[in-house]
Amino acid sequence: MESLTLSDVEQKYYSELFLFCDVDNTKKVASNGKVLDLFRAAQLSNEVVHQITELCGATRLGHFGRSQFYIALKLIALAQSGLPLRVESLNSVRDLPLPRFVMGKNEQEMRHVVMFADTENQGPYLPRPPGRVQAKKVSAHEMIQPCVPTVDPQPDTTSPVVSPHQSPPTSPHAWRKHKRQASGGNVDRQPSVPGVVWPPFREAQPGPVTGDGMWSAHSPPPVQESWVSFTDTPPSCTLPMHPPSAQLQQENSNGGLLLLTQPESTTVRTVPSAMTTNEIQRQTSGYDDPWKITDEQRQYYINQFKTIQADLTGLIPGSAAKEFFTKSKLPILELSHIWELSDFDKDGALTLDEFCAAFHLVVARKNGYDLPEKLPESLMPKLIDLDDSAGVPEPDPEVGFSASPVEVTPNKSPSMPSLNQNWPELNQSNEQWETFSERSSSSQTLTQFDSNIAPADPDTAIVHPVPIRMTPSKIHMQEMELKRTGSDHTHPTSPLMAKPPELSEETKLAAAIKFPGTTVGDGYSSSDSFTSDQEPISSAVNRQRSHSGTSPEGLKVVAPPPPPPRPNASHSRSSSLDMNRNFAAVPAGPQQPGVVAFPPAVPPRPLPTQTSVPHGHRSVEGDGLPAITSTSPQQMPEQPNFADFSQFQVFAVDQPADDGEKPSDSGQVERCAETTGTMRTAKNDVQAEERNATTVNSAKVSTPLAPPPKPVRRRLKSEDELRPDVEDLPQKSTVIATVLATQPSIPRSIGKDKKAIQASIRRNKETNTVLARLNSELQQQLKDLLEERISLEVQLEQLRPFSHL
Amino acid sequence: MQTAIMIVANYPLYIRSVPTQGELKFHYTVHTSLDVVEEKISGVGKALADQRELYLGLLYPTEDYKVYGYMTNSKVKFVIVVDSSNTSLRDNEIRSMFRKLHNSFTDVMCNPFYNPGDPIQSKAFDSIVSTMMVQAF
Repeated sequence: MESLTLSDVEQKYYSELFLFCDVDNTKKVASNGKVLDLFRAAQLSNEVVHQITELCGATRLGHFGRSQFYIALKLIALAQSGLPLRVESLNSVRDLPLPRFVMGKNEQEMRHVVMFADTENQGPYLPRPPGRVQAKKVSAHEMIQPCVPTVDPQPDTTSPVVSPHQSPPTSPHAWRKHKRQASGGNVDRQPSVPGVVWPPFREAQPGPVTGDGMWSAHSPPPVQESWVSFTDTPPSCTLPMHPPSAQLQQENSNGGLLLLTQPESTTVRTVPSAMTTNEIQRQTSGYDDPWKITDEQRQYYINQFKTIQADLTGLIPGSAAKEFFTKSKLPILELSHIWELSDFDKDGALTLDEFCAAFHLVVARKNGYDLPEKLPESLMPKLIDLDDSAGVPEPDPEVGFSASPVEVTPNKSPSMPSLNQNWPELNQSNEQWETFSERSSSSQTLTQFDSNIAPADPDTAIVHPVPIRMTPSKIHMQEMELKRTGSDHTHPTSPLMAKPPELSEETKLAAAIKFPGTTVGDGYSSSDSFTSDQEPISSAVNRQRSHSGTSPEGLKVVAPPPPPPRPNASHSRSSSLDMNRNFAAVPAGPQQPGVVAFPPAVPPRPLPTQTSVPHGHRSVEGDGLPAITSTSPQQMPEQPNFADFSQFQVFAVDQPADDGEKPSDSGQVERCAETTGTMRTAKNDVQAEERNATTVNSAKVSTPLAPPPKPVRRRLKSEDELRPDVEDLPQKSTVIATVLATQPSIPRSIGKDKKAIQASIRRNKETNTVLARLNSELQQQLKDLLEERISLEVQLEQLRPFSHL
Repeated sequence: MQTAIMIVANYPLYIRSVPTQGELKFHYTVHTSLDVVEEKISGVGKALADQRELYLGLLYPTEDYKVYGYMTNSKVKFVIVVDSSNTSLRDNEIRSMFRKLHNSFTDVMCNPFYNPGDPIQSKAFDSIVSTMMVQAF
């Protein structure tokens, strides 16, 4: 291949073309595709193109190097000028016009061709853009002068398509016009080429694309414009062709030189390179919502986060974040604004989400987006789950908070939204503070009782609230402690009365636990697991047991005093509500076996051992019984109001009837009733009781299913409470003794009615005292809780962000 | 009706007034009120950042406005100036305003890009203050 000598113009032109074809920006090789396109645009036949390619040596090399490209161009020029294609002629032919290429307008979406009408030349003369024209004109040689059509002086003659710098839509119009003009054209010039539309291109400005991954384009890729202005040769030019000389339109084109040497000059406006465009497009393709973070970006952010803070759930301190974002070279004010937007919880540190939001905002700002006033929803940090994709909208900070007392236990958490800050850093939502689900007063809602439980036996009419949900809150525990230590009754959490089957295990256990703490002072020990039926029986048994004064170790069952009447469903802790009902029924009780208005707190008078009546007592087999039986006869005659026993006996008997082992006990009940009808002798009573006890026990044993938990309960309790109950017994016995002492002289002959009434009165009084105590304790607790609540509310108010204004 | 909110740390950090003209007057007011603040502080001697109120009453016979002051732990003083004609403002409201101001100020301080001692240029802070002023006055 002979060396190629190119004129300056040619040199420039060819280099320009080469750069154009050098899509890959290698500066060494022009891409084949582009080159071939170019050649085809030269409007040469394919055969000629092939020949040229072959000649220039590209086929040998397989690619178009710079020299091959130049040679090819020269050959094209040769071909276009109609000269035979020969290598020798490369250098020999002088004044070879530059090859012309006609390119389609839409060869690439980024390229637009604008054709300028050459006013003066009326045809395929492309005037320079006005600006350029001015510039060039200044230096234009006079010879060139006419060649350089100006847009300005002949605006009227120019086609309306005077090229704005950016009017792609007009270009086809102009082009067609040119064609028409060309066709109509002057004889002077060759109509063959309506104009050379040069796909302009330019080296991508290094500016827009920075190395740090910033994107230079906005979301809709800006229209990449390119246009070309050609100035065609003046009519005086004899050249049929108008060799355009490509010029880099950038500032330092030696326009003057070109003008002098060339009748034409083309100005090429460059456009960001395809590569840049593609890059931009790729990078902006994800933007539906300008603030949405694509996965790719998010991954990038996460990686950046890791460089600062390895733990993805950790926080980036403010200083580190400041350094990092300062590197982005944004002004401090904007960075400050970005920080304010992205630091959701205002803690001076960034979580992963906050960091991604901040980074995203920085990127957007770099790309020219204005910073929003408020954080866009898609950038808001998620509140809970780190794994969720961004974009979970969070409620406004103005959403009210509902506070729940601190003492709400984890059991209550189902009612609380998981908005509690699970992330230490913050799943940022607008709400910086925990949101509580409910404003609940602990004292009222912590335990809910099932008030729908209908008494199995309507006669009993003792509706004890069965806790539906046991929340072993510390409050409850505290309360239980209080209850235990304080006095007496009712475990708020485990109000059991007459429905053992419904008792929950927890309550029974709680009751079991509680028993040791019960004092003896009142006969109403909190025997939660008690059933009213058991109480009388056990109390009866205890009575007899205590007669002996020996606390039989063998007696595993010591019944604590019967609990006070169960509180209403509406109260967790109060007791007493059913007392009236209970007591009202009491007087009629003795005669009616079915009536068991058993005031739970009634300690059987005559026997000091009345108090602790563990229902587990029943499970105690014979050990206690013989003792009881042995003692009872002795004590029986001593107690003038032993008749009470009979009542209780009746009750006791009745209770099991209520309980559910009814069938087996009913007979006993009847028997008992009969016996109670008469002034039983001690022996009889004892025997009856014994029988009852035995039968009951046997019944209990025989009907293990009756209340399966009950025996368990009793056993549990029995161990726990045996000793304390043993101690309780003497105390209770004293109480009972005192009570009994008040009526030492009541003759039995007065009648059961009176006795019953008095007994009920006594019971009521005792219950009253117990309840009063309980009430005071509860009041105290309530006060404490209210204080806590107030303090919490104050704290909440202090913490509440001011933004709610 | 002229009102102004100023944050001063012995030099103005932030001044916002409604209407926006006449700021110079408020500058003057601030400086005079600072003296009174110092007086109060030295007098009371409390170390806690209690909400303190500075009620000046009539400073000038011609212009009546009230100046309320508040000082933070870090000796940054907030001053609110209101027209006396606006008698509907209660003490509690002023206190709540100061609390909100303090909160916003804290948030601004948390911004690592903010150098303490710079004038406060945060847009968020501005918006909050504007809201507050509009709401209260």
